[in-house]
Amino acid sequence: MTTVQPAAAEIPRPPQRTLVQRAPDILIWGAVIAVLLFSVGPVNIGHFTKLFSNAENMREFAKDFVHPKWDLLPLYIQQMILTIQIAMWGTALAVLIAIPFGLACARNVSPVWLQQPMRLLMNLLRSIPDLVVGTLFIVAVGLGPFAGVMALALNTGGVLAKLFSEAVESIDKGPVEGVRATGATKLHEVIWGVIPQVGPLWTSYALYRFESNSRSATVLGLIGAGGIGQLLFETLNAFDYQHLSAIVIVIIVAVTLIDLLSQLMRSRLL
Amino acid sequence: MTDAVLSIRKASKTFGARRALDAVSLDVRKGEMIALIGPSGSGKSTLLRSISGLQTIDGGEGVIQAFGDPVQEHGRISGGVRKTRTRIGFIAQQFNLVGRISLFTNVALGSLGRIEAWRGFFGLWPEETKTAAMAALVRVGVADYAAQRANTLSGGQQQRGAIARALVQKAKIILADEPVASLDPVAARKVMESLRDLNKQDGLTVIVTLHQVDYALRYCERVVALKAGKIVYDGPASGLKTSQLIDIYGPEFEDVFWEGAPQ
Repeated sequence: MTTVQPAAAEIPRPPQRTLVQRAPDILIWGAVIAVLLFSVGPVNIGHFTKLFSNAENMREFAKDFVHPKWDLLPLYIQQMILTIQIAMWGTALAVLIAIPFGLACARNVSPVWLQQPMRLLMNLLRSIPDLVVGTLFIVAVGLGPFAGVMALALNTGGVLAKLFSEAVESIDKGPVEGVRATGATKLHEVIWGVIPQVGPLWTSYALYRFESNSRSATVLGLIGAGGIGQLLFETLNAFDYQHLSAIVIVIIVAVTLIDLLSQLMRSRLL
Repeated sequence: MTDAVLSIRKASKTFGARRALDAVSLDVRKGEMIALIGPSGSGKSTLLRSISGLQTIDGGEGVIQAFGDPVQEHGRISGGVRKTRTRIGFIAQQFNLVGRISLFTNVALGSLGRIEAWRGFFGLWPEETKTAAMAALVRVGVADYAAQRANTLSGGQQQRGAIARALVQKAKIILADEPVASLDPVAARKVMESLRDLNKQDGLTVIVTLHQVDYALRYCERVVALKAGKIVYDGPASGLKTSQLIDIYGPEFEDVFWEGAPQ
């Protein structure tokens, strides 16, 4: 049996990328490596040897950490609940901000003259760190949880408005036209054509932000916004690592529970 | 003509370099059932969407009027279009129901144009809307599914829901854009029969774009054929000759007959 084999000379060579085609890859990777090398000095990479020479200090620190002191547990739980309350109110107000602004930022719903300034405003809200906003509100309303609530509300409001508007931009325009064709007003189109389509996604985003806000609310304690975070930093400053350990465990448990709960809710939504 | 419900004069529409509508003029009388046929891209959908003011036509002399009121002229949708739209039901290939709300609510949305706006915002349908919605659902035969979410229904059920919405709207004209293109033949016949029933029993004017020429011939008295944005045939369904179909669709015109070409 003779199979028709092309002569060796007739078989085309496998495709090979030329140096010119490879040049962009080489350039990008070369640049990344160069930047990393350049940054060795500024970030004190050389200090990594101290990880071993100072191992004794770390062992000391870790020893306290594995022996948490639970005598103040009721206080920690009470403060943790306060932190979650801050996160809840912060997120709830953020959603109230994000619904109108998110719609106003969406290309397929709002007119250009409204969209562009709204996008700028939301960018601004997002880009100011919540610690800075929190400090501002502490000046205005004094130390305490309300400043934390407002800081989270504005920052998260900006983030959610962007996410909400992106959800709106990806909707199917058919149902909206279906509502429009009945002679409905623009607001009817939004309520009946847009919101039902984005509802699950919006809720999912809001729950996700609640998860991350319950972490952010802890950090806000740093500037005196109350809750478990404030306790955490006071304890940290007092080098009281046994109590610190107990606080960290309370935070880990609470945040994990919230994550689980919210993931459960989100998976049922979509 | 006193019983004219639609008047289209020299409507043109350009998408980039492509002419979707090329100076189309068409008059529609009350109670007509018209099939709009033509190959893909011939401008059928563009024409229907322009009549409902879902899309603008090019500026210039093009005018579209419904019931004597302008829908659009000079390339602009008229300010009073909302009132006109309440009298024009629009049925789309993809049904355009809102998937996550119930079939009943979808159908009740048909009354948005005539009830107080605030009731519409909160879905507080007046008794009249509720009765009309259920009656319409019974009429098209899907009342059993009223409580189900629209996206849990089959294509044919959704399309009949869309027709029910147009009924609640108390539309005098129904524009149906490829209403059966995503349906199987059985569901397609039910939808076409619902449309013909509304035309015969209620005297509604129906314009339906169809890919299936046999459906056009079976259900409609008047056929308007578009080719490259121009009307190439306008007359009784019985007058459409094979030579004209070949001219419209090319030599493979048998493909546009769903259930077999006529011999």
